[in-house]
Amino acid sequence: MRVAENLNRALHGLLESDPRVHVLGEDIADPYGGAFKITKGLSTRFPDRVLPTPLSEGAIVGAAAGLALGGEAAIAEIMFGDFAALAFDQLVNFAAKSVSMYGRPVPLPMIVRCPMGGRRGYGPTHSQSLQKHFVGVPGLDLYETSPFHDAGALLPDVLARAVPAVLFEDKVLYAQRMFEDGAVDDLFAFDLVGDGPGVARVYVDDPEVFDCVLIAPGGMAERALGAMRRLLLEQEIVCALLVPARLHPFDVEAPLPTLERAGVVCVAEEGTAGGTWGAEVAHRIHERLWAGLRRPVRLIHSADSVVPTAGHLEERVLVQESTIFEAVVEAVRD
Amino acid sequence: MTADLEPAPTAGAAGADPLPRLGDDDLKLLLTIRHFERKLLDLFGQGALNGTTHTCLGQEYVPVALRTLLEPRDFVFSNHRGHGHYLARYEDPAGLLAEIMGREGAVCRGVGGSQHILRDRYLSTGVQGQSLPVAVGMAIHLRRREPGALACAYIGDGTWGEGAVYEALNMAALWRLPLLVVVEHNGVAQSTPTTAQMAGTIAGRAAAFGVEHHRVGTADVAAIRRELAPRVARVRAGDGPLVAEFATHRVGPHSKGDDTRPPGVIREAEEADWYRRYAAAHPEHHSRWDAVARDLVERVAADVAARPPSDWDAPCA
Ligand SMILES: Cc1ncc(C[n+]2csc(CCOP(=O)(O)OP(=O)(O)O)c2C)c(N)n1
Repeated sequence: MRVAENLNRALHGLLESDPRVHVLGEDIADPYGGAFKITKGLSTRFPDRVLPTPLSEGAIVGAAAGLALGGEAAIAEIMFGDFAALAFDQLVNFAAKSVSMYGRPVPLPMIVRCPMGGRRGYGPTHSQSLQKHFVGVPGLDLYETSPFHDAGALLPDVLARAVPAVLFEDKVLYAQRMFEDGAVDDLFAFDLVGDGPGVARVYVDDPEVFDCVLIAPGGMAERALGAMRRLLLEQEIVCALLVPARLHPFDVEAPLPTLERAGVVCVAEEGTAGGTWGAEVAHRIHERLWAGLRRPVRLIHSADSVVPTAGHLEERVLVQESTIFEAVVEAVRD
Repeated sequence: MTADLEPAPTAGAAGADPLPRLGDDDLKLLLTIRHFERKLLDLFGQGALNGTTHTCLGQEYVPVALRTLLEPRDFVFSNHRGHGHYLARYEDPAGLLAEIMGREGAVCRGVGGSQHILRDRYLSTGVQGQSLPVAVGMAIHLRRREPGALACAYIGDGTWGEGAVYEALNMAALWRLPLLVVVEHNGVAQSTPTTAQMAGTIAGRAAAFGVEHHRVGTADVAAIRRELAPRVARVRAGDGPLVAEFATHRVGPHSKGDDTRPPGVIREAEEADWYRRYAAAHPEHHSRWDAVARDLVERVAADVAARPPSDWDAPCA
């Protein structure tokens, strides 16, 4: 099953099983079914609870929060996650504040879905990875779609926590297949550690034997796996990969047994340099494991640049499989 | 949907008409809000309050008039100038003052303060325009689960500069949502006169969305209720949103001690003040309840000030 279909099925399942759930967003209704077709079929089956909206990102997220405040649950789709910037106030100053600023916890089950990332040639305003701008907002949880985490389990779990959440979805990942039953390919296997959606742990033969631990969000997993394959075959460097479903707050406890064995840790993400998610992850790891590390956590991220449209230019800016490969070689051999 | 295209000047509005005798309840509530707000400015002056506050001096009659038109099942969204909105709904000066002073018994444990309050179906936030989209979501919910209930959002004239207002109005009109937008048009936003920050009129903007607009130009509580009752009933019945624009006056400062309006404008607001006009028209009724309200607020203030600080299971740095 492709990731897009997995997400689409999850939304169907949510609307089916939870009568509180509403889905809002631009162009999400059939027959169009959303810019990336993730909402296909929803409006036909659930016309009352699937609300195609005007081009109003702020009000889409605000209305989602209003629904949640009233006791419903809401999934808002931002057509291109870049436009979440227009909903920053509703997310940061309303939704995330409302769960705590009234002196008692206020449940707000809502998820803002943000298709992110480049490699589709959409250019500087439609290709970004804005995760880092939402890191560290009290009362706002950040998730990322991954080929290891079934959205059918993830979405209900996030809504049940009733903390406003942003779900980042890598646009290229949509067309890739989900990994199921613990198998990635001929070389790699995976399991899930930790509570809830948990952290996917990808390994070669033994999850406890490796030279380096790579941490990457779902959208970076494919490139990380490609790099890991080359590292093994060309350099005999064994990597384990951790893919957390929840980016923030980053749960350092769940994969701790793996991290404790790692002398070398690299964090890869598509976001551009400066104030990155990886820097936050590194900090959390340093706090817990500084003494056991051979060197500080190595950050791998895109260049400090806009994301160009032309393919050859975009490739220069964004993290590639080779970027990860080279960084790991350097970190391990250092 | 009809739209009232009449411009909405503030000057002279709600200031010249005679004020008929009020019911005791309404008068007591109006005066309680007045004395509550004055007390706050007092306490600020003494350095007894932390942060800032925005009083609704001069505008008390707006939520008091709306009180009987709103029902417990309605969800009210308030703003930075919300003490009157809260007191008209709950008559709980102690809880509100405790919130503002950070004392035991605070509605939100002192976390929210003057402009961030949540109680049952009442919520205020301090970011202008932010509540309207949220009210849209709430209106979708209410229409689905409790037909006949409405979402009511108070905003000022200055807030019509925020894009969120238009995103929400558009949605509310498109989807014919039960949304009542109450505009307290006091002619000024912080220090900026409306004439320097609004092109066109609120009526014209509502008309652009096909949203019904009604201008209230009086402080006569009974007359306001008569005018608005059938219009609010139409909102409940599913005819779509209503913008009720009150031409009113801010008698006090924006927050505290920051009134930079020219003396003539301030004088005009003071002359239009319902408090002064009611005292002139009904001196005996006014003074009887004025004493009661003043006394009530004094007692509440003494009680709250003597309480221990509010507690919150806060995460610590
Ligand atoms: C988004 C935003 N911008 C600016 C402010 C600062 N601010 C608080 S009240 C206010 C004026 C609001 O004017 P108006 O809507 O007319 O209401 P009034 O104060 O007159 O009641 C301003 C600028 C704010 N709270 N939120």
